[in-house]
Amino acid sequence: MSMTPLLHVKDLHCSFKVSSGMIHPVRGVSFDLHRGETLALVGESGCGKTTLARCILGLQKATSGSIQLEGNEMAGLDRMQLRKFRPRVQCVFQDPFSSLNPRKRVEVLLREPLDVHHVGPKEERLRAVHEMMEKVGLPSEWGRRFPHEFSGGQRQRIGIARALMLRPDLLICDEPVSALDVSVQAQIINLLDELQRDLGVSYLFISHDLTLVETFADRVAMMFKGEIVESGPAREVWRNPQSDFTRRMIDAIPVPDVTRAAPPAFRPDAAPQDKTMTES
Amino acid sequence: MMRAFLTSAARNWPVSLGAILLLVILFMALTAGIFFPEGPYVSVGRPLQWPGDLAGAPMGTDALGRNMAAGIFYGARISLLVGFASVAVALIFGIVVGAYAGYYGGWIDNLLMRATELFQTIPQFMLAIVVVAIFGPTIKVIVFALAVVSWPAIARLVRGEFMVIRERAYIQGCIVLGMKDTRIIFTQILPNALSGVMVMSTVLVATAILMESALSFLGFGDPNVITWGSMIGSGRNNMRDAWYIITIPGLCLLITALALNLVGNGLTDLMNPRLRKRKVK
Repeated sequence: MSMTPLLHVKDLHCSFKVSSGMIHPVRGVSFDLHRGETLALVGESGCGKTTLARCILGLQKATSGSIQLEGNEMAGLDRMQLRKFRPRVQCVFQDPFSSLNPRKRVEVLLREPLDVHHVGPKEERLRAVHEMMEKVGLPSEWGRRFPHEFSGGQRQRIGIARALMLRPDLLICDEPVSALDVSVQAQIINLLDELQRDLGVSYLFISHDLTLVETFADRVAMMFKGEIVESGPAREVWRNPQSDFTRRMIDAIPVPDVTRAAPPAFRPDAAPQDKTMTES
Repeated sequence: MMRAFLTSAARNWPVSLGAILLLVILFMALTAGIFFPEGPYVSVGRPLQWPGDLAGAPMGTDALGRNMAAGIFYGARISLLVGFASVAVALIFGIVVGAYAGYYGGWIDNLLMRATELFQTIPQFMLAIVVVAIFGPTIKVIVFALAVVSWPAIARLVRGEFMVIRERAYIQGCIVLGMKDTRIIFTQILPNALSGVMVMSTVLVATAILMESALSFLGFGDPNVITWGSMIGSGRNNMRDAWYIITIPGLCLLITALALNLVGNGLTDLMNPRLRKRKVK
Protein backbone atom coordinates (compact mmCIF):
# COMPACT_ATOMS: atom_id res chain seq x y z
CA MET A 1 0.00 0.00 0.00
CA SER A 2 1.39 3.39 -0.96
CA MET A 3 -0.90 5.32 1.42
CA THR A 4 0.73 6.85 4.50
CA PRO A 5 -0.14 4.56 7.38
CA LEU A 6 -2.01 6.05 10.32
CA LEU A 7 0.69 4.90 12.69
CA HIS A 8 4.19 4.12 11.56
CA VAL A 9 6.61 2.77 14.12
CA LYS A 10 10.18 2.18 13.03
CA ASP A 11 13.06 0.60 14.90
CA LEU A 12 11.72 1.72 18.27
CA HIS A 13 13.94 1.10 21.28
CA CYS A 14 13.09 1.84 24.85
CA SER A 15 15.22 1.29 27.90
CA PHE A 16 15.08 2.75 31.37
CA LYS A 17 16.48 2.40 34.83
CA VAL A 18 14.71 0.41 37.51
CA SER A 19 15.91 -0.33 41.02
CA SER A 20 17.71 -3.49 39.88
CA GLY A 21 19.52 -1.79 36.97
CA MET A 22 18.86 -0.98 33.33
CA ILE A 23 16.18 -2.86 31.48
CA HIS A 24 15.53 -2.81 27.76
CA PRO A 25 11.93 -3.89 27.23
CA VAL A 26 11.49 -2.71 23.63
CA ARG A 27 14.28 -3.69 21.22
CA GLY A 28 13.80 -2.44 17.70
CA VAL A 29 10.09 -2.73 16.99
CA SER A 30 8.69 -1.70 13.59
CA PHE A 31 5.12 -1.91 12.32
CA ASP A 32 2.46 0.00 10.39
CA LEU A 33 -1.16 0.44 11.32
CA HIS A 34 -3.68 1.64 8.74
CA ARG A 35 -6.93 3.53 9.13
CA GLY A 36 -9.85 1.49 10.35
CA GLU A 37 -7.62 -1.50 10.95
CA THR A 38 -7.15 -3.58 14.07
CA LEU A 39 -3.65 -4.71 14.84
CA ALA A 40 -3.31 -7.11 17.72
CA LEU A 41 -0.03 -7.13 19.57
CA VAL A 42 0.28 -10.49 21.26
CA GLY A 43 2.94 -11.64 23.65
CA GLU A 44 3.52 -13.10 27.07
CA SER A 45 3.69 -10.84 30.10
CA GLY A 46 6.94 -8.92 30.35
CA CYS A 47 7.62 -9.00 26.61
CA GLY A 48 7.47 -5.21 26.35
CA LYS A 49 4.04 -4.74 24.84
CA THR A 50 2.80 -2.38 27.51
CA THR A 51 6.02 -0.37 27.38
CA LEU A 52 5.55 -0.10 23.64
CA ALA A 53 2.05 1.26 24.20
CA ARG A 54 3.34 3.72 26.81
CA CYS A 55 5.94 4.96 24.30
CA ILE A 56 3.30 5.60 21.66
CA LEU A 57 1.13 7.39 24.22
CA GLY A 58 4.06 9.54 25.33
CA LEU A 59 3.94 8.20 28.88
CA GLN A 60 7.42 6.78 28.43
CA LYS A 61 10.29 8.34 26.49
CA ALA A 62 11.50 6.19 23.62
CA THR A 63 15.28 5.78 23.62
CA SER A 64 15.56 5.79 19.83
CA GLY A 65 13.48 5.15 16.76
CA SER A 66 10.51 6.82 15.21
CA ILE A 67 6.77 6.98 15.93
CA GLN A 68 4.83 8.76 13.21
CA LEU A 69 1.15 9.61 13.18
CA GLU A 70 0.26 10.15 9.52
CA GLY A 71 3.81 11.22 8.82
CA ASN A 72 4.15 13.52 11.88
CA GLU A 73 6.95 12.53 14.20
CA MET A 74 5.81 12.02 17.81
CA ALA A 75 8.90 10.38 19.32
CA GLY A 76 11.04 12.76 21.36
CA LEU A 77 8.35 15.39 21.79
CA ASP A 78 7.68 16.73 25.28
CA ARG A 79 4.24 16.80 26.87
CA MET A 80 3.35 20.28 25.68
CA GLN A 81 4.30 19.47 22.10
CA LEU A 82 2.35 16.22 22.28
CA ARG A 83 -0.85 18.03 23.25
CA LYS A 84 -1.93 18.60 19.67
CA PHE A 85 -1.71 14.86 18.95
CA ARG A 86 -3.67 13.89 22.07
CA PRO A 87 -7.19 14.06 20.63
CA ARG A 88 -6.13 11.65 17.88
CA VAL A 89 -4.52 8.94 20.01
CA GLN A 90 -6.33 7.69 23.09
CA CYS A 91 -6.16 4.61 25.25
CA VAL A 92 -8.17 2.13 27.28
CA PHE A 93 -6.48 0.64 30.32
CA GLN A 94 -6.42 -2.88 31.60
CA ASP A 95 -7.78 -2.40 35.09
CA PRO A 96 -11.24 -0.82 35.00
CA PHE A 97 -11.06 -0.30 38.76
CA SER A 98 -8.08 2.04 38.84
CA SER A 99 -8.58 3.77 35.51
CA LEU A 100 -11.49 6.00 36.57
CA ASN A 101 -11.16 8.77 39.15
CA PRO A 102 -13.31 7.53 42.07
CA ARG A 103 -14.47 11.02 43.01
CA LYS A 104 -15.90 12.04 39.65
CA ARG A 105 -19.37 11.27 38.41
CA VAL A 106 -19.54 9.47 35.08
CA GLU A 107 -20.84 12.59 33.36
CA VAL A 108 -17.85 14.57 34.53
CA LEU A 109 -15.41 11.82 33.58
CA LEU A 110 -16.78 11.79 30.04
CA ARG A 111 -16.97 15.57 29.74
CA GLU A 112 -13.39 16.16 30.83
CA PRO A 113 -11.81 15.26 27.46
CA LEU A 114 -14.05 17.84 25.78
CA ASP A 115 -13.27 20.44 28.45
CA VAL A 116 -9.52 19.90 28.17
CA HIS A 117 -9.53 20.44 24.42
CA HIS A 118 -12.37 23.00 24.36
CA VAL A 119 -14.48 20.94 21.99
CA GLY A 120 -17.79 22.56 21.16
CA PRO A 121 -19.83 24.99 23.28
CA LYS A 122 -20.18 24.08 26.94
CA GLU A 123 -23.94 23.49 26.82
CA GLU A 124 -23.60 20.89 24.10
CA ARG A 125 -20.88 18.87 25.82
CA LEU A 126 -23.30 17.17 28.18
CA ARG A 127 -25.45 16.13 25.25
CA ALA A 128 -22.40 14.62 23.55
CA VAL A 129 -21.68 12.76 26.79
CA HIS A 130 -25.18 11.27 26.88
CA GLU A 131 -24.95 10.28 23.23
CA MET A 132 -21.68 8.49 23.86
CA MET A 133 -23.12 6.71 26.91
CA GLU A 134 -25.93 5.31 24.77
CA LYS A 135 -23.40 4.32 22.13
CA VAL A 136 -21.42 2.19 24.56
CA GLY A 137 -24.59 0.68 25.98
CA LEU A 138 -25.06 2.62 29.20
CA PRO A 139 -28.36 4.39 29.93
CA SER A 140 -27.67 8.12 29.99
CA GLU A 141 -29.49 8.56 33.30
CA TRP A 142 -26.62 6.67 34.96
CA GLY A 143 -24.43 9.71 34.32
CA ARG A 144 -24.91 11.00 37.87
CA ARG A 145 -23.40 7.88 39.39
CA PHE A 146 -19.88 7.32 40.66
CA PRO A 147 -17.56 4.68 39.17
CA HIS A 148 -17.77 2.42 42.21
CA GLU A 149 -21.46 1.91 41.55
CA PHE A 150 -20.69 0.00 38.36
CA SER A 151 -19.48 -3.51 37.60
CA GLY A 152 -16.14 -4.20 35.94
CA GLY A 153 -17.63 -4.54 32.47
CA GLN A 154 -19.68 -1.39 32.85
CA ARG A 155 -16.63 0.51 34.04
CA GLN A 156 -14.71 -0.67 31.00
CA ARG A 157 -17.57 0.71 28.88
CA ILE A 158 -17.10 4.04 30.66
CA GLY A 159 -13.36 3.84 29.99
CA ILE A 160 -13.98 3.20 26.31
CA ALA A 161 -16.54 6.02 26.14
CA ARG A 162 -14.09 8.43 27.76
CA ALA A 163 -11.36 7.44 25.32
CA LEU A 164 -13.69 7.93 22.35
CA MET A 165 -15.11 11.32 23.40
CA LEU A 166 -12.50 13.16 21.33
CA ARG A 167 -13.19 10.93 18.31
CA PRO A 168 -9.60 9.66 18.08
CA ASP A 169 -8.19 8.00 14.97
CA LEU A 170 -6.29 5.49 17.03
CA LEU A 171 -7.32 3.74 20.20
CA ILE A 172 -4.67 1.83 22.08
CA CYS A 173 -6.30 -0.91 24.13
CA ASP A 174 -3.90 -2.33 26.68
CA GLU A 175 -5.42 -5.68 27.65
CA PRO A 176 -8.87 -4.10 27.94
CA VAL A 177 -10.66 -7.32 28.78
CA SER A 178 -8.14 -9.41 30.68
CA ALA A 179 -9.45 -8.19 34.03
CA LEU A 180 -13.03 -9.16 33.15
CA ASP A 181 -15.12 -12.33 33.26
CA VAL A 182 -15.15 -14.38 30.10
CA SER A 183 -18.81 -13.62 29.33
CA VAL A 184 -18.22 -9.91 29.81
CA GLN A 185 -15.07 -10.10 27.68
CA ALA A 186 -17.20 -11.10 24.71
CA GLN A 187 -19.55 -8.17 25.24
CA ILE A 188 -16.69 -5.69 25.35
CA ILE A 189 -15.08 -7.17 22.23
CA ASN A 190 -18.45 -6.91 20.48
CA LEU A 191 -18.76 -3.33 21.56
CA LEU A 192 -15.28 -2.46 20.26
CA ASP A 193 -16.15 -4.14 16.98
CA GLU A 194 -19.40 -2.17 16.66
CA LEU A 195 -17.72 1.10 17.53
CA GLN A 196 -15.06 0.50 14.91
CA ARG A 197 -17.68 0.04 12.23
CA ASP A 198 -19.53 3.09 13.50
CA LEU A 199 -16.63 5.50 14.02
CA GLY A 200 -13.88 4.12 11.78
CA VAL A 201 -11.36 4.13 14.62
CA SER A 202 -8.21 1.99 14.40
CA TYR A 203 -7.22 -0.27 17.26
CA LEU A 204 -3.85 -1.27 18.53
CA PHE A 205 -5.07 -4.14 20.65
CA ILE A 206 -2.63 -5.49 23.17
CA SER A 207 -3.31 -8.96 24.52
CA HIS A 208 -1.68 -12.10 25.75
CA ASP A 209 -4.55 -14.18 24.49
CA LEU A 210 -4.20 -15.40 20.91
CA THR A 211 -7.67 -16.99 20.81
CA LEU A 212 -9.26 -13.70 21.75
CA VAL A 213 -7.75 -11.73 18.88
CA GLU A 214 -7.96 -14.41 16.20
CA THR A 215 -11.29 -13.30 14.74
CA PHE A 216 -11.33 -9.78 16.10
CA ALA A 217 -8.03 -8.48 14.71
CA ASP A 218 -7.18 -7.89 11.06
CA ARG A 219 -3.53 -8.47 11.65
CA VAL A 220 -1.51 -9.95 14.47
CA ALA A 221 2.02 -9.11 15.53
CA MET A 222 3.66 -11.58 17.87
CA MET A 223 6.04 -9.99 20.33
CA PHE A 224 8.75 -11.89 22.16
CA LYS A 225 11.42 -10.37 24.41
CA GLY A 226 11.01 -6.87 23.05
CA GLU A 227 10.93 -7.77 19.37
CA ILE A 228 8.21 -8.58 16.88
CA VAL A 229 8.98 -12.13 15.80
CA GLU A 230 6.12 -12.65 13.41
CA SER A 231 3.28 -10.67 11.91
CA GLY A 232 0.58 -11.08 9.33
CA PRO A 233 -3.15 -11.52 8.85
CA ALA A 234 -4.67 -12.98 11.98
CA ARG A 235 -5.87 -16.27 10.45
CA GLU A 236 -2.60 -16.86 8.64
CA VAL A 237 -0.56 -16.55 11.81
CA TRP A 238 -3.02 -18.80 13.56
CA ARG A 239 -3.09 -21.55 10.92
CA ASN A 240 0.46 -21.43 9.76
CA PRO A 241 2.74 -20.10 12.49
CA GLN A 242 6.24 -19.33 11.26
CA SER A 243 8.12 -18.76 14.49
CA ASP A 244 8.84 -21.11 17.35
CA PHE A 245 7.35 -18.68 19.78
CA THR A 246 3.99 -18.49 18.01
CA ARG A 247 3.86 -22.26 17.74
CA ARG A 248 4.51 -22.56 21.45
CA MET A 249 1.82 -19.95 22.20
CA ILE A 250 -0.71 -21.88 20.12
CA ASP A 251 0.32 -25.20 21.63
CA ALA A 252 -0.11 -23.77 25.08
CA ILE A 253 -3.79 -23.00 24.50
CA PRO A 254 -5.88 -25.60 26.31
CA VAL A 255 -7.98 -27.56 23.81
CA PRO A 256 -11.29 -28.74 25.25
CA ASP A 257 -12.09 -31.23 22.47
CA VAL A 258 -9.18 -33.30 21.20
CA THR A 259 -11.05 -34.60 18.15
CA ARG A 260 -11.04 -31.14 16.64
CA ALA A 261 -8.06 -29.88 14.71
CA ALA A 262 -7.93 -26.45 16.33
CA PRO A 263 -9.56 -24.91 19.37
CA PRO A 264 -12.96 -23.41 18.61
CA ALA A 265 -12.55 -19.92 17.28
CA PHE A 266 -13.71 -17.07 19.41
CA ARG A 267 -16.67 -15.53 17.65
CA PRO A 268 -17.84 -12.13 18.91
CA ASP A 269 -21.22 -12.56 17.24
CA ALA A 270 -21.85 -15.78 19.15
CA ALA A 271 -21.67 -13.95 22.46
CA PRO A 272 -24.75 -12.83 24.40
CA GLN A 273 -26.31 -9.78 22.80
CA ASP A 274 -27.74 -8.17 25.89
CA LYS A 275 -25.28 -5.40 26.48
CA THR A 276 -26.23 -3.77 29.71
CA MET A 277 -28.26 -5.88 31.99
CA THR A 278 -26.33 -9.15 32.11
CA GLU A 279 -23.38 -7.51 33.78
CA SER A 280 -25.12 -5.75 36.58
CA MET B 1 -36.30 12.53 56.86
CA MET B 2 -35.85 13.89 60.37
CA ARG B 3 -35.92 10.34 61.70
CA ALA B 4 -33.28 9.18 59.25
CA PHE B 5 -31.11 12.10 60.24
CA LEU B 6 -31.48 11.31 63.92
CA THR B 7 -30.68 7.62 63.42
CA SER B 8 -27.53 8.36 61.48
CA ALA B 9 -26.56 10.97 64.06
CA ALA B 10 -27.08 8.42 66.82
CA ARG B 11 -25.02 5.83 64.99
CA ASN B 12 -22.12 8.28 64.65
CA TRP B 13 -22.49 9.60 68.16
CA PRO B 14 -18.81 10.55 68.62
CA VAL B 15 -18.97 12.80 65.55
CA SER B 16 -22.29 14.26 66.64
CA LEU B 17 -20.94 14.95 70.09
CA GLY B 18 -17.85 16.63 68.64
CA ALA B 19 -19.95 18.73 66.29
CA ILE B 20 -22.32 19.78 69.09
CA LEU B 21 -19.43 20.77 71.36
CA LEU B 22 -17.83 22.77 68.55
CA LEU B 23 -21.14 24.52 67.86
CA VAL B 24 -21.46 25.41 71.55
CA ILE B 25 -17.99 26.95 71.53
CA LEU B 26 -18.76 28.75 68.29
CA PHE B 27 -22.00 30.01 69.86
CA MET B 28 -20.02 31.34 72.82
CA ALA B 29 -17.61 33.11 70.51
CA LEU B 30 -20.39 34.71 68.48
CA THR B 31 -22.57 35.80 71.41
CA ALA B 32 -19.82 37.14 73.69
CA GLY B 33 -20.74 40.70 72.78
CA ILE B 34 -24.46 40.11 73.43
CA PHE B 35 -24.16 38.45 76.82
CA PHE B 36 -21.27 40.58 78.03
CA PRO B 37 -21.51 43.93 76.25
CA GLU B 38 -19.23 45.52 78.84
CA GLY B 39 -16.31 43.29 77.77
CA PRO B 40 -14.17 40.87 79.74
CA TYR B 41 -12.00 43.44 81.52
CA VAL B 42 -14.42 45.29 83.80
CA SER B 43 -14.64 44.39 87.44
CA VAL B 44 -18.09 43.03 88.30
CA GLY B 45 -17.67 42.34 92.00
CA ARG B 46 -15.28 41.32 94.74
CA PRO B 47 -12.30 39.25 93.58
CA LEU B 48 -12.14 35.46 93.90
CA GLN B 49 -15.87 34.84 94.11
CA TRP B 50 -16.47 31.12 93.64
CA PRO B 51 -18.77 29.97 90.86
CA GLY B 52 -22.37 30.42 91.96
CA ASP B 53 -21.58 32.95 94.69
CA LEU B 54 -22.35 36.00 92.60
CA ALA B 55 -25.37 36.43 90.38
CA GLY B 56 -24.27 37.48 86.88
CA ALA B 57 -20.91 35.72 87.23
CA PRO B 58 -21.82 32.02 87.02
CA MET B 59 -18.18 31.00 86.73
CA GLY B 60 -17.01 33.28 89.56
CA THR B 61 -14.58 36.17 89.41
CA ASP B 62 -10.82 36.20 89.06
CA ALA B 63 -8.18 37.87 91.28
CA LEU B 64 -9.15 41.30 89.90
CA GLY B 65 -12.90 40.78 90.29
CA ARG B 66 -13.43 40.28 86.53
CA ASN B 67 -16.22 38.07 85.28
CA MET B 68 -14.77 34.62 84.45
CA ALA B 69 -17.71 33.78 82.18
CA ALA B 70 -17.03 36.87 80.05
CA GLY B 71 -13.39 35.83 79.76
CA ILE B 72 -14.37 32.34 78.65
CA PHE B 73 -16.77 33.69 76.02
CA TYR B 74 -14.34 36.27 74.65
CA GLY B 75 -11.48 33.78 74.88
CA ALA B 76 -13.39 31.33 72.67
CA ARG B 77 -13.23 33.95 69.92
CA ILE B 78 -9.46 34.13 70.02
CA SER B 79 -8.97 30.39 70.34
CA LEU B 80 -11.16 29.54 67.35
CA LEU B 81 -9.85 32.43 65.26
CA VAL B 82 -6.20 31.61 65.87
CA GLY B 83 -6.73 27.86 65.51
CA PHE B 84 -8.61 27.93 62.22
CA ALA B 85 -6.79 30.89 60.64
CA SER B 86 -3.33 29.48 61.30
CA VAL B 87 -4.25 26.06 59.95
CA ALA B 88 -5.88 27.64 56.89
CA VAL B 89 -2.64 29.45 56.09
CA ALA B 90 -0.63 26.29 56.81
CA LEU B 91 -2.94 24.27 54.54
CA ILE B 92 -2.45 26.57 51.57
CA PHE B 93 1.31 26.50 51.92
CA GLY B 94 1.62 22.84 52.89
CA ILE B 95 -0.65 21.61 50.10
CA VAL B 96 1.15 23.57 47.40
CA VAL B 97 4.61 22.47 48.56
CA GLY B 98 3.57 18.85 49.11
CA ALA B 99 1.63 18.62 45.85
CA TYR B 100 4.45 19.87 43.64
CA ALA B 101 7.08 17.81 45.47
CA GLY B 102 5.02 14.62 45.25
CA TYR B 103 3.82 15.12 41.69
CA TYR B 104 7.09 16.05 40.05
CA GLY B 105 9.55 14.13 42.21
CA GLY B 106 13.23 14.43 41.29
CA TRP B 107 15.11 17.60 42.15
CA ILE B 108 11.95 19.61 42.83
CA ASP B 109 10.97 17.05 45.46
CA ASN B 110 14.48 17.08 46.90
CA LEU B 111 14.60 20.84 47.16
CA LEU B 112 11.14 21.25 48.69
CA MET B 113 11.53 18.37 51.12
CA ARG B 114 14.94 19.53 52.39
CA ALA B 115 13.36 22.92 53.08
CA THR B 116 10.48 21.22 54.86
CA GLU B 117 12.84 19.14 56.97
CA LEU B 118 14.72 22.27 57.93
CA PHE B 119 11.53 23.52 59.60
CA GLN B 120 10.82 20.16 61.16
CA THR B 121 14.20 19.94 62.87
CA ILE B 122 13.48 23.08 64.91
CA PRO B 123 11.28 22.39 67.96
CA GLN B 124 7.84 23.72 67.04
CA PHE B 125 7.10 25.66 70.18
CA MET B 126 10.54 27.28 70.26
CA LEU B 127 10.12 28.37 66.67
CA ALA B 128 6.72 29.89 67.44
CA ILE B 129 8.16 31.80 70.41
CA VAL B 130 11.04 33.09 68.30
CA VAL B 131 8.71 34.30 65.54
CA VAL B 132 6.47 36.07 68.08
CA ALA B 133 9.52 37.53 69.86
CA ILE B 134 10.85 38.94 66.59
CA PHE B 135 7.65 40.34 65.07
CA GLY B 136 5.83 41.32 68.26
CA PRO B 137 2.83 39.79 70.05
CA THR B 138 -0.19 40.55 67.88
CA ILE B 139 -2.92 38.16 66.76
CA LYS B 140 -1.69 38.31 63.13
CA VAL B 141 1.85 37.40 64.13
CA ILE B 142 0.63 34.55 66.33
CA VAL B 143 -1.45 33.16 63.46
CA PHE B 144 1.58 33.41 61.19
CA ALA B 145 3.87 31.81 63.78
CA LEU B 146 1.54 28.86 64.28
CA ALA B 147 1.17 28.45 60.51
CA VAL B 148 4.95 28.38 60.16
CA VAL B 149 5.20 25.48 62.60
CA SER B 150 2.17 23.58 61.23
CA TRP B 151 2.76 23.46 57.49
CA PRO B 152 5.64 20.94 57.31
CA ALA B 153 3.44 18.11 58.61
CA ILE B 154 0.80 18.90 55.99
CA ALA B 155 3.38 19.12 53.21
CA ARG B 156 4.81 15.70 54.07
CA LEU B 157 1.40 14.06 54.20
CA VAL B 158 0.27 15.62 50.92
CA ARG B 159 3.53 14.63 49.23
CA GLY B 160 3.08 11.01 50.27
CA GLU B 161 -0.49 10.90 49.00
CA PHE B 162 0.51 12.50 45.71
CA MET B 163 3.34 10.04 45.13
CA VAL B 164 0.89 7.16 45.46
CA ILE B 165 -2.01 8.63 43.49
CA ARG B 166 0.23 9.92 40.68
CA GLU B 167 0.88 6.33 39.62
CA ARG B 168 -2.79 5.33 39.37
CA ALA B 169 -4.10 4.56 35.91
CA TYR B 170 -6.65 7.37 35.95
CA ILE B 171 -3.89 9.93 36.30
CA GLN B 172 -2.01 8.35 33.40
CA GLY B 173 -5.29 8.62 31.53
CA CYS B 174 -5.46 12.34 32.24
CA ILE B 175 -1.93 12.78 30.88
CA VAL B 176 -2.96 10.93 27.73
CA LEU B 177 -5.96 13.26 27.46
CA GLY B 178 -3.50 16.15 27.37
CA MET B 179 -4.55 17.64 30.68
CA LYS B 180 -2.12 20.23 32.06
CA ASP B 181 -0.14 19.46 35.21
CA THR B 182 -1.74 22.16 37.33
CA ARG B 183 -5.18 20.87 36.43
CA ILE B 184 -4.20 17.28 37.19
CA ILE B 185 -2.72 18.32 40.53
CA PHE B 186 -5.67 20.38 41.73
CA THR B 187 -8.70 18.74 40.13
CA GLN B 188 -7.68 15.09 39.88
CA ILE B 189 -5.18 14.21 42.60
CA LEU B 190 -5.94 16.75 45.33
CA PRO B 191 -9.59 15.72 45.92
CA ASN B 192 -8.40 12.15 46.37
CA ALA B 193 -5.62 13.21 48.73
CA LEU B 194 -7.76 15.47 50.90
CA SER B 195 -9.41 13.04 53.30
CA GLY B 196 -6.18 12.37 55.17
CA VAL B 197 -5.34 16.05 55.14
CA MET B 198 -8.75 16.95 56.59
CA VAL B 199 -8.29 14.62 59.52
CA MET B 200 -4.83 15.93 60.13
CA SER B 201 -5.93 19.55 59.97
CA THR B 202 -8.59 19.12 62.63
CA VAL B 203 -5.88 17.73 64.89
CA LEU B 204 -3.64 20.62 63.86
CA VAL B 205 -6.36 23.14 64.75
CA ALA B 206 -6.52 21.58 68.20
CA THR B 207 -2.74 21.72 68.49
CA ALA B 208 -2.68 25.34 67.32
CA ILE B 209 -5.30 26.31 69.91
CA LEU B 210 -3.27 24.63 72.63
CA MET B 211 -0.06 26.28 71.42
CA GLU B 212 -1.72 29.69 71.35
CA SER B 213 -2.80 29.13 74.96
CA ALA B 214 0.70 28.09 75.88
CA LEU B 215 2.08 31.24 74.29
CA SER B 216 -0.46 33.35 76.18
CA PHE B 217 0.29 31.51 79.39
CA LEU B 218 3.96 32.38 79.02
CA GLY B 219 3.11 35.99 78.27
CA PHE B 220 3.82 35.85 74.53
CA GLY B 221 0.18 36.34 73.66
CA ASP B 222 -1.46 39.47 72.36
CA PRO B 223 -1.85 41.63 75.51
CA ASN B 224 -4.88 43.42 74.05
CA VAL B 225 -7.14 40.36 74.03
CA ILE B 226 -8.16 37.89 76.67
CA THR B 227 -7.54 34.23 75.92
CA TRP B 228 -8.02 30.99 77.79
CA GLY B 229 -4.25 30.67 78.03
CA SER B 230 -3.79 34.12 79.55
CA MET B 231 -6.59 33.38 82.05
CA ILE B 232 -4.74 30.27 83.17
CA GLY B 233 -1.51 32.27 83.28
CA SER B 234 -2.94 34.98 85.52
CA GLY B 235 -4.78 32.48 87.68
CA ARG B 236 -1.79 30.37 88.58
CA ASN B 237 -0.95 32.50 91.67
CA ASN B 238 -4.29 31.53 93.19
CA MET B 239 -3.99 27.90 92.23
CA ARG B 240 -4.39 26.58 95.77
CA ASP B 241 -7.23 28.72 97.13
CA ALA B 242 -9.16 29.40 93.88
CA TRP B 243 -8.39 26.49 91.59
CA TYR B 244 -11.51 27.14 89.48
CA ILE B 245 -9.70 30.07 87.82
CA ILE B 246 -7.31 27.75 86.00
CA THR B 247 -9.65 24.76 85.85
CA ILE B 248 -12.47 26.37 83.86
CA PRO B 249 -10.39 27.66 80.93
CA GLY B 250 -8.38 24.44 81.08
CA LEU B 251 -11.56 22.41 80.69
CA CYS B 252 -12.59 24.62 77.79
CA LEU B 253 -9.31 23.84 76.04
CA LEU B 254 -9.72 20.14 76.72
CA ILE B 255 -13.28 20.11 75.36
CA THR B 256 -12.31 22.08 72.25
CA ALA B 257 -9.38 19.80 71.44
CA LEU B 258 -11.52 16.72 72.06
CA ALA B 259 -14.36 18.01 69.89
CA LEU B 260 -11.99 18.73 67.01
CA ASN B 261 -10.54 15.24 67.18
CA LEU B 262 -13.98 13.63 67.20
CA VAL B 263 -15.06 15.67 64.19
CA GLY B 264 -11.82 14.86 62.39
CA ASN B 265 -12.47 11.15 62.66
CA GLY B 266 -15.99 11.60 61.35
CA LEU B 267 -14.78 13.64 58.39
CA THR B 268 -12.71 10.75 57.05
CA ASP B 269 -15.78 8.63 56.56
CA LEU B 270 -17.88 11.46 55.24
CA MET B 271 -15.37 12.45 52.58
CA ASN B 272 -15.15 8.99 51.11
CA PRO B 273 -17.84 8.63 48.42
CA ARG B 274 -17.56 4.87 48.79
CA LEU B 275 -18.90 5.12 52.32
CA ARG B 276 -21.23 8.04 51.67
CA LYS B 277 -24.73 6.77 52.24
CA ARG B 278 -26.70 6.89 49.03
CA LYS B 279 -30.31 6.15 48.46
CA VAL B 280 -30.71 3.02 46.35
CA LYS B 281 -33.37 3.36 43.70
